[in-house]
Amino acid sequence: MNDFLAARSQMALSLGFHIIYSCIGMVMPVFMAISHYKYLKTQNPVYKNITQAWSKGVAIFFATGAVSGTMLSFELGLLWPKFMEHAGPIFGMPFSLEGVAFFIEAIALGFFLYGWNRFNKWFHWFTGVMVGISGILSGILVVSANSWMNSPSGFDYINGQYLNIDPMKAMFNGAWFSESLHMTIAAFSATGFAVAGIHALMIYRKQNIEFHTKAFKIAIIFGSIAAILQPLSGDISAKHAAKRQPAKLAAMEAYFHTQTYAPLIIGGIPDTVAKKVNYGIELPGLLSFLVHDNFKQEVKGLDQIPVKDQPNVAVTHYAFQIMVGIGMLTMLIGVLYLIATLKKRSWLTQTWFLRLFIMATPLGFIALEAGWTVTEVGRQPWIIQDVMRTADAVTPMPGIQYSFYLFSFIYFTLSLAVIFLLQRQIKMVPELYDLKK
Amino acid sequence: MLTVVIIFLFFAILLYFLLGGADFGAGIIELFTSDDNKHRTRSTMYQAIGPIWEANHMWLIIAVVIMFVGFPDIYSKMCTYLHIPLLLMLLGIIARGTAFAFRNYDAIKGERTQMVYNNIFVYSSFLTPLFLGIIAGSAISRQIDFEATDFLTAYVFSWFNWFSIAVGLFTVALCGFLASIYLIGEADDDFDVKRFIKKAKVLNAIAFFCGGLVFLAAETLNIHMAHWIFGNRVSLTAVIAASISLVLLWMSISKGRKQMPRIFAAFQVSMILLSVGYTHYPNFIMGKNGKNLSLLTDHATTKTIDDLAIALLIGSLFILPALSYLFYSFRGKNSHE
Ligand code: HDD
Ligand code: HEM
Ligand code: HEM
Repeated sequence: MNDFLAARSQMALSLGFHIIYSCIGMVMPVFMAISHYKYLKTQNPVYKNITQAWSKGVAIFFATGAVSGTMLSFELGLLWPKFMEHAGPIFGMPFSLEGVAFFIEAIALGFFLYGWNRFNKWFHWFTGVMVGISGILSGILVVSANSWMNSPSGFDYINGQYLNIDPMKAMFNGAWFSESLHMTIAAFSATGFAVAGIHALMIYRKQNIEFHTKAFKIAIIFGSIAAILQPLSGDISAKHAAKRQPAKLAAMEAYFHTQTYAPLIIGGIPDTVAKKVNYGIELPGLLSFLVHDNFKQEVKGLDQIPVKDQPNVAVTHYAFQIMVGIGMLTMLIGVLYLIATLKKRSWLTQTWFLRLFIMATPLGFIALEAGWTVTEVGRQPWIIQDVMRTADAVTPMPGIQYSFYLFSFIYFTLSLAVIFLLQRQIKMVPELYDLKK
Repeated sequence: MLTVVIIFLFFAILLYFLLGGADFGAGIIELFTSDDNKHRTRSTMYQAIGPIWEANHMWLIIAVVIMFVGFPDIYSKMCTYLHIPLLLMLLGIIARGTAFAFRNYDAIKGERTQMVYNNIFVYSSFLTPLFLGIIAGSAISRQIDFEATDFLTAYVFSWFNWFSIAVGLFTVALCGFLASIYLIGEADDDFDVKRFIKKAKVLNAIAFFCGGLVFLAAETLNIHMAHWIFGNRVSLTAVIAASISLVLLWMSISKGRKQMPRIFAAFQVSMILLSVGYTHYPNFIMGKNGKNLSLLTDHATTKTIDDLAIALLIGSLFILPALSYLFYSFRGKNSHE
């Protein structure tokens, strides 16, 4: 494994790991605050139990998110020093504000976790809400840093020099809104479905039904609404990508030849040598429509982009298909849930219905990882689109593969440990939170 | 505005050292506590740092962000030449943070699993400040060679030398000392108070010893510590102030005070940091052959520095009151759930 590949893999691994924890860390506090609110309003102890059970999970995820995030802020420099040397002062603004937001989140979490029966109950509730708000804010901020890499702005690049730097302009780059919106919705959808799935499993097994039913409901309402909004926001993202990063859009769609009435290709196996997609379903004109709002207009294909500036088509295409496929599926499940609550309440206790949600547990997170693969691999070979190549940013230090092996091992063990701990958390629900006992 | 940023950087590092350091120290003390008393130490410590420990570690993030936004050149050079100790320190941070959370939030408090978490926690509490100290020592050791082409000179000898290692050990001892002073005020009964006082004495002695090592090791690299520290008025004053506060510290402990010793200990460590920091200021990295990186010249453009300063000022309007209230609310003992 050469050093460049090792550095890329280590970055991808760390981010792929961190994104799971950070998304849970930003969404769970919101669920917690809702359940806490219900407890304060109804005095129903089940809600208190749910809040406390969830808050233990949040503490575990926050700690894992915090350490993997600390890791990332060093890794940017450890792996990509040449990138940070130039990019740091330009896209640093969201990172600085993110630092502030995280700080507030950590303070609020201290109050919340250790504040039961110590403070005014609404103040205590408010600290929980602050955990959620600052978590979401920091998520938005860090994604705007990433979106700057897709849509660099706030500086002039002249003869290899970065001049007239304006950090505020860089933060509000062309892609910040579409990316942050999509990312935030993705976090809610992924976490909502994952949490709902776990509670559905417990209902299915007929354990602590009241506890799990109430928990399920809070999670799935957020999950469903997010899943229904996701395709809309995805459409906005795609339009942006087509404008700023035609190579990325073409790779996502495995769209080799520039044409009018551009077809949308669903599924299929891209053949990069013959420059065509085998076994895909072509819907003529639909890509033109999605990108330009009319069926006729020409869409730029890979043939107009020099080969050395093209991302890996197969990876980007498959990842995109996985994300969109899951996006459609979770949207359907979300719609089913809304129908069930509004019209067909009998469904809610039927086994097929519960099975559906149990099956959907990992879907959101798979889509989330696929989505990041689309943005990141789709941007390659650039680390800053059209400005700096990833290969030029990598650290000169040799032997990065050993650090990659080491971190693979650590992240793998940590994931196992977290799964192990969650299992124990769930196992203890009957003992800790069963009111009949 | 550059001054504002530099002041924030200094305080972020200082506070990480004081608060995070006390936190590491608690783990270090646990490492050197007899098995019978481990449990007591642990529960005192948990009461003391549980609510605030996430916040304590945010200072590191703030410092790193200031570095890469404001001083990108210094940040990327450090990341390149001190890659290995940074990586090892990060390993420590990961292991420690997760082990701390796991041992408190594991729903089933099994004996074996708790033992695993404890072991990871205490050893990483030792390793993290060790490498933190090594990094700090290396930054001023004049061993970083920006022109080196072979692996060992560029990436290993930049930090693997007696001076850096001695600074690392000194850091570990100081952390342990800070923590034991801090825990005296948290202890539940006389027995524990006595125990922590004894620990503080031992660690004080070890810190002295390690400090001496730093002086000796410095000579092997032709660094004249005495000149650095006694050669200018500010550093000299700071060192004298540190010595006086040490005396006052022990006096207040013998009087059974709880808050005063903490203040003296924090003051003492701040003075040590100030005295070393001031001699090199504005240099942040002192490399081989007089190649230094300075906070006053190797910074980002003025616009970036101004924006960063504003962000930090606005941020601290939110952070400082909230943080003070957190410390205030969970001050003293019996502050657990
Ligand atoms: C510069 C490095 C860096 C990068 C590239 C990212 N993060 Fe991160 N993240 C941090 C640096 C960081 C951190 C500053 O180190 C945090 C702050 C404290 C902490 O919890 O770790 C963190 C934690 C953290 C949290 C709070 C975790 C919690 O509440 O438990 C959120 C919501 C995010 N991140 C969001 C993201 C998202 C959505 C990212 C894109 C995938 C992302 N971060 C990449
Ligand atoms: C069916 C609907 C969806 C469409 C049309 C869609 C479209 C897109 C597009 C075009 C991008 C690339 C944006 C860019 O690089 O500029 C993207 C990125 C992404 N997608 Fe989706 N997506 C959909 C569903 C989902 C779902 C269900 C998830 C996860 C639960 C998800 C998670 C992500 C993530 C995390 C990113 C990267 C971050 C970002 O660009 O915001 N997407 N999506
Ligand atoms: C500002 C912060 C970020 C930087 C500096 C960064 C940088 C990079 C770099 C240099 C690569 C290597 C190129 C490659 O492997 O193809 C990469 C890949 C990747 N990153 Fe990002 N990225 C950032 C944000 C993110 C975030 C927030 C995520 C979300 C979790 C993410 C997910 C990925 C993924 C999935 C890959 C693909 C790796 C692969 O399969 O090749 N990135 N990133």
